[in-house]
Amino acid sequence: MFGQLIVSGLAVGACYALLALAMVIIYKTSEVLNFAQGEMAMVSTFVAFTILDAYHVPFLWAASLTFLFAILLGIFFEIVFLRQAKDPTVLGLIIITLGFEMILMGFAGWKWGPDQRSFPFPVSNVETYDIGGLLISKINFWTIVISVVLMFILFLFFRYTKLGIAMRATQQNPLAARVMGIRTKWILSFTWAISSIVGAAAGMLIAALGVLDPPMMMDPLLKGFASGVLGGMTSLPGTAVGGAILGIIENLFGGYISLAFKSVVAFAIIVLVLCIKPSGLLAKHYVKKV
Amino acid sequence: MDMKRDYYEDIELFKSTTILICSILFLIFLAVLPWLIEKYHPLGMSIYIVNLITVHALVAIGLNILVGYTGQISMGHAGFFAIGAFTTVIFVLNWSFPLWIALPIAGFVSSGFGFILGLPALRLKGPYLAIATLGFGMTITTIIKHMEFFGGRMGLQAPKLHLFGAPMKDIHYYYMIMVIAVLMVIGATKLIKTRVGRAFIAIRDSDIAAEAMGVNLTYYKTLAFAVSAFYTGIGGGLYAFILGFINPESFHLIMSITFLAMVVVGGLGSIMGSIAGAALMTYLDIKLQAIQDIPVIGAALLNFSQKYMSVGGISNIAVIVYGLIMILIVLFEPLGIFGFWIRTKKYWKTWPF
Repeated sequence: MFGQLIVSGLAVGACYALLALAMVIIYKTSEVLNFAQGEMAMVSTFVAFTILDAYHVPFLWAASLTFLFAILLGIFFEIVFLRQAKDPTVLGLIIITLGFEMILMGFAGWKWGPDQRSFPFPVSNVETYDIGGLLISKINFWTIVISVVLMFILFLFFRYTKLGIAMRATQQNPLAARVMGIRTKWILSFTWAISSIVGAAAGMLIAALGVLDPPMMMDPLLKGFASGVLGGMTSLPGTAVGGAILGIIENLFGGYISLAFKSVVAFAIIVLVLCIKPSGLLAKHYVKKV
Repeated sequence: MDMKRDYYEDIELFKSTTILICSILFLIFLAVLPWLIEKYHPLGMSIYIVNLITVHALVAIGLNILVGYTGQISMGHAGFFAIGAFTTVIFVLNWSFPLWIALPIAGFVSSGFGFILGLPALRLKGPYLAIATLGFGMTITTIIKHMEFFGGRMGLQAPKLHLFGAPMKDIHYYYMIMVIAVLMVIGATKLIKTRVGRAFIAIRDSDIAAEAMGVNLTYYKTLAFAVSAFYTGIGGGLYAFILGFINPESFHLIMSITFLAMVVVGGLGSIMGSIAGAALMTYLDIKLQAIQDIPVIGAALLNFSQKYMSVGGISNIAVIVYGLIMILIVLFEPLGIFGFWIRTKKYWKTWPF
């Protein structure tokens, strides 16, 4: 039981971590807390569902088309809404993303209705693998594998590609990056595209683990945000660690102590951690100059 | 003409005779408002909506003291709202306190929780503070939901109040709420002008600089949380009575977001802006719920939904419009309705030029 709780906690935590990564990538570049991330992922997942439902194409095709849609959605939001804000405050930016979240949520509810659907993921969520006496459901196993692979690809991308390095340069100092000949505005749109893809992947995994309906991302988004904060909003490895910790703690608490207070405990732990380390577990703490 | 020569001129409530007269006229207007609404029903208003707007305005003012004046973000004000509502109802229902005692108690209980939340907030900023407050709001709602004492999932029925033996109606609530609201608005305007308010503003502009100037950060930050929670708690107590029942499900994250939206739409750092924001957002929320009943647009939308969308989800248009208004106001008028008011005033002051 203990091992299984840990594994299913890791699977959920991996989804949280992906969502958190999507938010952190944006937060690092532009200091925008993207509350619309969850709904962007939800709409993308619905697009994947519609494609699979109507044309019966192989899953990978549908996923690729969905990622394309996610890119367009991310860039659209950045260019049409965020870029138009004239000297915005932090709170103003949050309100813009919350507004976009409401628009997407309303749109999904209007277009696809409030019924719950099951997402046709190619991996069964009933069958299990038997690894050394530990029964792991196939869906949990593949969720963890896919998330880890995605995180690894992201790591390689930020570390070694020219575009990734340009993105990091923009994060560190936008002005200097521009002087060096980096088109920072493009980089910004590109950041949104990447984060939207990561979010869409998380959305599909979450839909496969549970059900597909318009409010499905509400809770995962908050947990994702929480795990990002737990690990430190500016540290990519931190978010991965934070997601895993959050998922496991939540699952163990739900399994052994009380299911009702499962999600509250996660937040209580985060507040405690933040009291001791105000910038999260793995991020450096900077004090702003006056 | 606008020059202020000493401190007492600045904290004066009525700066000139014109403002005094306008205020008195406005109070008279508030006194006859229910009568006007009963008679003409302008824009489909009812006394119930006005009551709701007033309660939301109280919350918006409380949140604005925290967000707009002190610069601390809070995404958990639905928690304080719930604390206020449940405390009031329980004191009146279980221990049969009169409302005028239960309401301040609820306010102080709520501000006690505000003080507790203010402690971790001393060290947190930006997203970290947002998640801490958000977690607080969710925790409060979950605890209330799972304790039988608070009525559990079903919530509580607010007892009917009696005035001179007769049950109170919307119009009686209106006068009760309005008196409380006017007093609290005056209180907030005064508070901002005093030493405390100046300390809040200094913390918003730069907390390190404020500390260097001798502002006690621990004291004033927790005080800001407590004052803000007090306003929200009183609002919650009144809300329970105009709604008639409260259940924990309704004090959700969306409610905290709506409060935040009211503050930002109305204008950060402006009491009058909070009232305007609360009025606009509450009115829109109620009217957009029944969007298919709007004469011409409603039928067209219904037709469109049948062809391309789902008919069951048509009420979601309200959410879309709501979100769009939030975005548009932040994009084109960062100071909200208050900024619009200032621009209009400036335009007329220098009119021919």
